[in-house]
Amino acid sequence: MPRSHCRISRAITAIALLGLLWLGAAAADTLEDALPGLADRALPVKKQAVAAIVAAGEVRALPILEGLLVGDLYAREGDPPVVLVRSAGSVVRSIHPITGADLGEVDRASIKKITLTNALRTELRGAIAALSLGSPDPQVRLHSARALMQDPNPAAVAALRARLGQERDTRVRATLDLAMAVADLQVGTAESQRAAIAHLDGSLYPEARNALATLLATDALDPAVAVAARQALAGIDARVAWNARAETLFFGLSLGSVLVLAAIGLAITFGVMGVINMAHGELMMLGAYTTYLVQQAMPGLLDYSLFIAIPAAFIVAGLFGVAIERTVIRFLYGRPLETLLATFGISLILQQLVRTTVSAQNVTVENPSWMSGSWQLNPGLALTFNRLYILVFAMLVFLALLLILKRTALGLQVRAVSQNRAMARAMGVRSARVDALTFGLGAGIAGVAGVALSQLTNVGPNMGQAYIIDSFMVVVFGGVGNLWGTLIGGTVLGVANKFMEPWAGAVLAKILVLVFIILFIQKRPRGLFPQRGRAAEG
Amino acid sequence: MGGQVERWQYLNPGKTLAETLDISHQTLLYVEGVTVSFDGFRALNDLSFYVDVGELRCVIGPNGAGKTTMMDVVTGKTKPDRGFVFFGQSINLLELDEPRIAQAGIGRKFQKPTVFEQHRVIENLELAMAGDKRVWPTLFARLSGEERDRIDEVLTIIGLNEHAGRPAGALSHGQKQWLEIGMLLMQDPLLLLVDEPVAGMTHQEMERTAQLLLSLEGKHSVVVVEHDMDFVRSIAKRVTVLNQGAVLAEGSMDEVQHDPRVVEVYLGE
Amino acid sequence: MRIVKALRGDTGGQVMLAVLLAVGILVPILSLAVPAASPWHVSTYTVTLLGKYLTYALLAVAVDLVWGYLGILSLGHGAFFALGGYAMGMYLMRQVGDRGVYGNPTLPDFMVFLNWPELPWFWHGFDRFWFAALMAILVPGVLAYCFGYLAFRSRVTGVYLSIITQALTYALMLAFFRNEMGFGGNNGLTDFKDILGVSLQADGTRAGLFIASALALALGYLASRYIVSSRLGRVAVAIRDAESRTRFIGYRVERAKAAIFTFSAMLAGVAGALYVPQVGIINPGEFSPLNSIELVIWVAVGGRATLYGAVAGALLVNYGKTVFTGIFPDAWLFALGGLFVLVTLFLPRGIAGLMTLRRAG
Repeated sequence: MPRSHCRISRAITAIALLGLLWLGAAAADTLEDALPGLADRALPVKKQAVAAIVAAGEVRALPILEGLLVGDLYAREGDPPVVLVRSAGSVVRSIHPITGADLGEVDRASIKKITLTNALRTELRGAIAALSLGSPDPQVRLHSARALMQDPNPAAVAALRARLGQERDTRVRATLDLAMAVADLQVGTAESQRAAIAHLDGSLYPEARNALATLLATDALDPAVAVAARQALAGIDARVAWNARAETLFFGLSLGSVLVLAAIGLAITFGVMGVINMAHGELMMLGAYTTYLVQQAMPGLLDYSLFIAIPAAFIVAGLFGVAIERTVIRFLYGRPLETLLATFGISLILQQLVRTTVSAQNVTVENPSWMSGSWQLNPGLALTFNRLYILVFAMLVFLALLLILKRTALGLQVRAVSQNRAMARAMGVRSARVDALTFGLGAGIAGVAGVALSQLTNVGPNMGQAYIIDSFMVVVFGGVGNLWGTLIGGTVLGVANKFMEPWAGAVLAKILVLVFIILFIQKRPRGLFPQRGRAAEG
Repeated sequence: MGGQVERWQYLNPGKTLAETLDISHQTLLYVEGVTVSFDGFRALNDLSFYVDVGELRCVIGPNGAGKTTMMDVVTGKTKPDRGFVFFGQSINLLELDEPRIAQAGIGRKFQKPTVFEQHRVIENLELAMAGDKRVWPTLFARLSGEERDRIDEVLTIIGLNEHAGRPAGALSHGQKQWLEIGMLLMQDPLLLLVDEPVAGMTHQEMERTAQLLLSLEGKHSVVVVEHDMDFVRSIAKRVTVLNQGAVLAEGSMDEVQHDPRVVEVYLGE
Repeated sequence: MRIVKALRGDTGGQVMLAVLLAVGILVPILSLAVPAASPWHVSTYTVTLLGKYLTYALLAVAVDLVWGYLGILSLGHGAFFALGGYAMGMYLMRQVGDRGVYGNPTLPDFMVFLNWPELPWFWHGFDRFWFAALMAILVPGVLAYCFGYLAFRSRVTGVYLSIITQALTYALMLAFFRNEMGFGGNNGLTDFKDILGVSLQADGTRAGLFIASALALALGYLASRYIVSSRLGRVAVAIRDAESRTRFIGYRVERAKAAIFTFSAMLAGVAGALYVPQVGIINPGEFSPLNSIELVIWVAVGGRATLYGAVAGALLVNYGKTVFTGIFPDAWLFALGGLFVLVTLFLPRGIAGLMTLRRAG
């Protein structure tokens, strides 16, 4: 390592730091020899000693450098001349900086903290990162490679290049390559700069973009290099823009999936039974609280809690739904506006019920470990697992519902009743039972949606209200009585909302979506996918 | 007809639709090449059909032949996929919505009697009365003596004098049918479209209805859709038979009754 | 003359107006002329509370006009009320003058706080009472006309219409929460000082506002009563019960609907304009969908399509709310929720329906 270092230092002697390093390499060969220099009060001597330790390039030097950086390294009389100090309560113990051996209790008055300048601190950070490159843990290596990229210097380049020769881990290799290129941009010749630019072209690491931008800002740049850098920068910007669009799309789809989950139960009760269920949001809230209670009841099974909560929430909300249908709604068929008012009353009661029995405050629903974290698609784009799973979950619920309606006996009866109640009854369908089950199904799905929501937003007594208007918008926009309409309507509204947010702001985007739907209903009163035919007329 | 135009003139100084009506060819209603589809099912299939001024026409046909859809198209409830519908030579009905078609002089009685059940019989007639039906005039409208006389006259014609003050919802089925016919008369239209006027009526009531419709002939053009063959025979001069959304046969009752195609449609099923 | 005729047969309305007249005269006298020590004295607090109830009653009449007679269940009438309130609030804000916290003679406090250099264009003119009063009627009216014309022309009816009216007030609520809108954002408009040059806190002003509310309710009631007993009112009921039939006899349904809807929104705006000086604040919470739907239940409790029932319902429910939230604050939502369910299930015609049944039986 000292040899390669010398070669580079000779090449760029203009940099003062380099001179120091070179001097350091010449003066001291071992860590041991450098220690007294650290304790010296004169700054040049101290610098020299640090350079020597760095140049030695030994992993053993890491504790010394780190101690120096955080202020745990003290000078003292005796051997070794510097010690690492660790205090436990009022007791202060000294530790040998190289061997790590405990040197016993010391008196604070007998030792003196080694002070640093800011320039030296920066240098230390780089040196620590360079040394960490030798760590056996690939995560540490990756981290130090990225740290070196922030602040490239010839020593770092040397360390990177040395590491590159022996690195096996592909991700670390890629990062090392990138870091080298970034370093070359700043300290290389025109030729190596061009090679580095070619290497950085299309890279999504923010450091690559910064390095190119910094390069373009420097004076007296080789014109060919400037042209290449400008092109590369444009290319990166274009890719970053695509990344941003992909991310917006993901957020939009995520919002859409939540809207679909929230609206799909409503679409069933509204489309099949003509019932406006204003308590739908509160049934979702019940699902979210079921998740909370499941987690409270089984604190040891947090990672499995959602799998217990999903069926539990379906049953809890479903039973509430059946109860609401049997006690209130069945007396109000054919009077949709009255069902709207009655179910609104029920929503108030459910809210207050939760407030008095659980708490008026929001409750905390934990995310299982597998829901946290993200899927790193490329250096600039990560998709969080919770949104991703909920997107998938929404699709599964949608498909399940579609299968229930298309393939089961209940589904056949539900469709029959929704198309012609009187005729279905005449054919022997027990419409009262079908109504109760349909409403229960819609409510159960609301409960399941509540489980998903508990992983994304605050769970509180008012959470249902936030979704009810949006859910109705989705159903009305998609077209009543059409599950596909709900799917597409929810997705379109979610994506549109998120794409408008960057330039309009979240609130204005929402207002615009509402205004759009109000106007859309004027053009197509029956939504995107209307029910057609003579039955739908008049 | 002249009186009609004068009345419009008086209430509405601009040119009304009824004024622009051109019936110089003695044909009041032109339905030409009209096709209506619902989800692939052709309710009307290239239907062409004409009604002369002052004529009483009966339309018969099996269920699903397109009789009601034809009325829906003429009154603006359903827009056809193809074809023309003209009132007189110059009024294109496809460009107008329901209220304007009604104001142009086409009245309709529905298959299922629809009267305003919360309103009294007399109020039903008042609402239907020909006149200025814009918002502001209706806010300040008061019944003139002449208008009261007209309502009394119609009440007598439909035999609901004693029920004038009752809510229409309290009437029997047959009485509602009569009230709806009465509302048609109040509208004083040039063309009356009457869908199953005698459904649910007693034999006696049927006879009175037949008399009433016959009395309208000459002053108004009337198109009657009816299933009851005895009733049709009692009033019809010309009969049009619809089948599968198109005209199958047209002529006097005797002619169509002996038309082999008609016999096949009615008996073959 | 014809307006008085419209009251013929409206026993409930006659009783209501008689009581309103008595209360409108008695309450100010008992408040201002009777000494505070006397048991007959009515406190200023009570006067203000009653005045607030009367504005609610006027709002309920507006809702009953469209719901009871036209069949339009508007879940957005709170928006028209709030818009009227904001118009009055803007006037009251300008009346504060340089007595605000920041002492700026033209800019209301919140604009100074937001570092706005000058008054936004839509705040001009609101320093004059007549202009603010006009706007309190015109703004809700124009909004209702545009919204109604579009919706009714496209034949959006029933629950669809209810849902988009709800979306309308929701969108307005979100908009008014934004500071950039220029209506004080979250906090709305408050800390009023004077109205028409007299202090809002004075007992006489409170009594005056009470009388104005009673007068507005009486006039609004009479006008509504005139409409529903005119031929237009009969057309409205015809539309409610058989909309397409009404078209086939030649009425332009969308125009009749838009006209009555607009009038109703204007009444709501007047109610809002009278409400704000009495409660001393207007904020975006007034646009909340909950408010709009709650006022529908006032009408349902009182009885739809009677107008006087709406007045009775508004007074009863709000009195109940005041009493209830005083005794068991937590139980109010249970009570309100239960009221929604019970009235729709067992009392579809409300208290007024109950009374006519008793009279008939």
